[in-house]
Amino acid sequence: MATEAHGAEEGGLVFHPMDQFKLSKLFCTDDPSTAVNECQIDIGMFTITNSTLWMALAVVAVIALMVFGTSRRATIPGRTQSIAELAYGFVYKMVEDVAGKDAVGFFPYIMTLFMFVVFANFLGLLPMSFSTTSHFAVTVVLAMMVFLTVTIVGFVKNGAKFLGLFWVSSAPLALRPVLAIIEIISYFVRPVSHSIRLAGNVMAGHAVIKVFAGFAAIAVVSPVSVVAITAMYGLEVLVAFIQAYVFTILTCVYLKDALHPSH
Amino acid sequence: MEGELAHIGAGLAAIGSGAAAIGVGNVAGNFLAGALRNPSAAASQTATLFIGIAFAEALGIFSFLVALLLMFAV
Repeated sequence: MATEAHGAEEGGLVFHPMDQFKLSKLFCTDDPSTAVNECQIDIGMFTITNSTLWMALAVVAVIALMVFGTSRRATIPGRTQSIAELAYGFVYKMVEDVAGKDAVGFFPYIMTLFMFVVFANFLGLLPMSFSTTSHFAVTVVLAMMVFLTVTIVGFVKNGAKFLGLFWVSSAPLALRPVLAIIEIISYFVRPVSHSIRLAGNVMAGHAVIKVFAGFAAIAVVSPVSVVAITAMYGLEVLVAFIQAYVFTILTCVYLKDALHPSH
Repeated sequence: MEGELAHIGAGLAAIGSGAAAIGVGNVAGNFLAGALRNPSAAASQTATLFIGIAFAEALGIFSFLVALLLMFAV
């Protein structure tokens, strides 16, 4: 407590590392004296928060990249077109390789997921921005959509045979009920681990950067702190992409399980 | 007293991060060992590598989550 007050007197950085994940309403008059919290811009029952703003920016950025990137369609691609084509080819190859040729029909969904997650992660890395994917509320929705899609597709395509996913026919008969319980648990844990992996990684990385930023208030260690922030930032750029990649590739793996449930 | 115990628990949960680091290191190290023996097959297995790393890492993230819950929710 004493050190915090000391930092405040010096005009140093005093903040909690988790403060950056606070949601706040935008375009609102938040006057505590009148206890009136009116918002100028409301969309139906929804209020614009910093989270929804940065999600919308991610969507706008994705649309801008794909529309501007593919509008010219030059034989020798420019920079924007190269990136758009690279992203398209990357995800398409991933779907084909991991989920199989017959999963290509789900390519638009998986492409949307990948582009949204990767752009939300990268936009969250901008200074003073808000990382939407650090919130479980965001990633759980994405993961639940994947889980529901995969389960429904599995039952629609295979009918009752989809339950064969839980009945490991290659195992000895006595072992199968035990394995079935384990398989069922692991199946329902999927959306949990799928969402927590993304949000946890992003949140942990951003919190670590803020912890090092907190040390910058102490003059003696501040050069070390700046170097550490730079190094962590580099790592976070890598993590932002890898986590989007992992999120997408796991979606493909789950989709493959739904399309070909046999063990 | 309870709050202090929660902080000790959060610190103990951080051991899980180290355990996840061992797991991820195992996956990546074994991949590298295999890839150096047969470099032509390495490129086709990078997806498997990342899936393996993701599964190993998820449990470390769970321990991080437990630490967060102990720090802020309990």
